[in-house]
Amino acid sequence: MFDWRWDFTFEILPRLIVATGNTLLAAGLGYAIAVVLGLVLALAQRTPFRPLTMAVREAVEFVRSTPLVLQIFFVFYVGPQFGIRLSPWTAGMIAIGLHYAAYLSEVYRGGLECVPKGQWEAAKSLNLSMPRTYFRVILPQALPPSLAGMGNYLVGIFKDTPMLSVIGVAELMHTANAIGSETYRFLEPFTLVGIIFLCISLPTAAAVRFFEAWVRRKLGLS
Amino acid sequence: MDTRDVSGFPLTLEGDPTPMVSFRKVTKSYGSLVVLDSLDLDVAEGEMVTVIGPSGSGKTTVLRMLMTLETINGGVIYVDGEPLTHMPEGGRLVRANNRHMRQMRSKIGMCFQHFNLFPHMTALENCMEGPVHVLGLSKQDARERAEELLAMVGMAEKRDQHPSRLSGGQQQRVAIARALAMRPKVMLFDEVTSALDPEVIGEVTTVIRKLVSEHNLTMLMVTHQMGFAKDISDRVCFFYGGRIEEQGTPDELFGNPQKERTQQFLSAVKEAG
Ligand SMILES: Nc1ncnc2c1ncn2[C@@H]1O[C@H](COP(=O)(O)OP(=O)(O)OP(=O)(O)O)[C@@H](O)[C@H]1O
Ligand SMILES: [Mg+2]
Repeated sequence: MFDWRWDFTFEILPRLIVATGNTLLAAGLGYAIAVVLGLVLALAQRTPFRPLTMAVREAVEFVRSTPLVLQIFFVFYVGPQFGIRLSPWTAGMIAIGLHYAAYLSEVYRGGLECVPKGQWEAAKSLNLSMPRTYFRVILPQALPPSLAGMGNYLVGIFKDTPMLSVIGVAELMHTANAIGSETYRFLEPFTLVGIIFLCISLPTAAAVRFFEAWVRRKLGLS
Repeated sequence: MDTRDVSGFPLTLEGDPTPMVSFRKVTKSYGSLVVLDSLDLDVAEGEMVTVIGPSGSGKTTVLRMLMTLETINGGVIYVDGEPLTHMPEGGRLVRANNRHMRQMRSKIGMCFQHFNLFPHMTALENCMEGPVHVLGLSKQDARERAEELLAMVGMAEKRDQHPSRLSGGQQQRVAIARALAMRPKVMLFDEVTSALDPEVIGEVTTVIRKLVSEHNLTMLMVTHQMGFAKDISDRVCFFYGGRIEEQGTPDELFGNPQKERTQQFLSAVKEAG
């Protein structure tokens, strides 16, 4: 029943490994955008300026309740109608970075809420400036409770990179699909893609847990 | 019940001596709950005033307003002769902006019931954070100052420990050192021994005694330890229902309380303790 061809497998492996590099690059870049932008979105929701907090809140909700693939299409195909012409990579990174920024901002919000009120009051009674209070007192304590959620979304963004194939980013899925169309063999390429994803997702999840414990130790919290 | 009109209040306090802290007709409410009702309270420079009273009588609120952790609904608070909650502008008092409050806040230090040390910093780092990043001291100077204060509270050996490795009494002593490192003129203590095991309360009260005898700090302390209050206070204020029901020297207030509520409170405390 199975017609697995090892020679074909080894023939396509190099191409898939190169594509894995692109997948990792896409996930890494997208995540970097999401980590930074997510923090900006979380902090923006804590400013005393109501219109800003409301607008950001709504934007986050909007992004979270619409599909990622739609957002990717939107940035790539609707952008040009407004004169914004982006390469698949740029459009993809904007869409996926924005999408995950919305999710990460919620993780940060939860982490920030874990910091006891007394920490804010101690910082204020020492007259620390607002930026210093955030960056030296509050955020380091908000980080450990956020790490589990951040780790989940790191794996999540990695698994979502195949969606970038719809606009032609040459990541794993796109490459496997191309190989299939060229050779009419789908079993080997798609199986390999599955294995590659598994081989990266599982250790990443484990590494995140170690990292979390390490950060807690490093900060003297446990 | 907002009485925001402060036109009758002076821009600065004159007179000799000027009180270090002065509450003038200060009102604080949460919604319809009036927590402090037109409070008048002066604390002289170098004076140690203790606040006692039943739970919910507004003791903590008094300290938190002074630390600018709470806004007030009426009246004016002055510190060192200058308004804290307000600032002079065009010849009259207006609500203090952040800049003014930051400047005034530097005169005040506070220790909390639950210490509130920064858990990710060592004892030394806790004590250096403010001096370096607020006062602008060099790392070297801040470290010297912090080490001196940690030695004063008997925590020199634990200076490189994080709070999670310290007992409650030790954490509170570090918190006192941290507040003192900012060289405040007024120190506020809110039930600093209430969260401690009985056997370590002495560590903290010893430090406070030392501050009273060796430094010319103005102090405002909320406590449930009547014996301690009696020993070290210059004056004791008994709060009831958001007002000062009775005040006097420790001998007067503990030895010969005039008001019935004071007598009831003191005998209830005596029975419990
Ligand atoms: N943030 C708040 N919102 C609403 N009510 C508050 C708030 N903070 C304090 N209160 C109320 O204000 C009153 C005075 O509180 P405060 O903490 O000053 O009392 P306290 O004298 O320190 O009591 P305790 O001895 O229990 O510490 C209480 O009735 C309390 O419930
Ligand atoms: Mg209290």
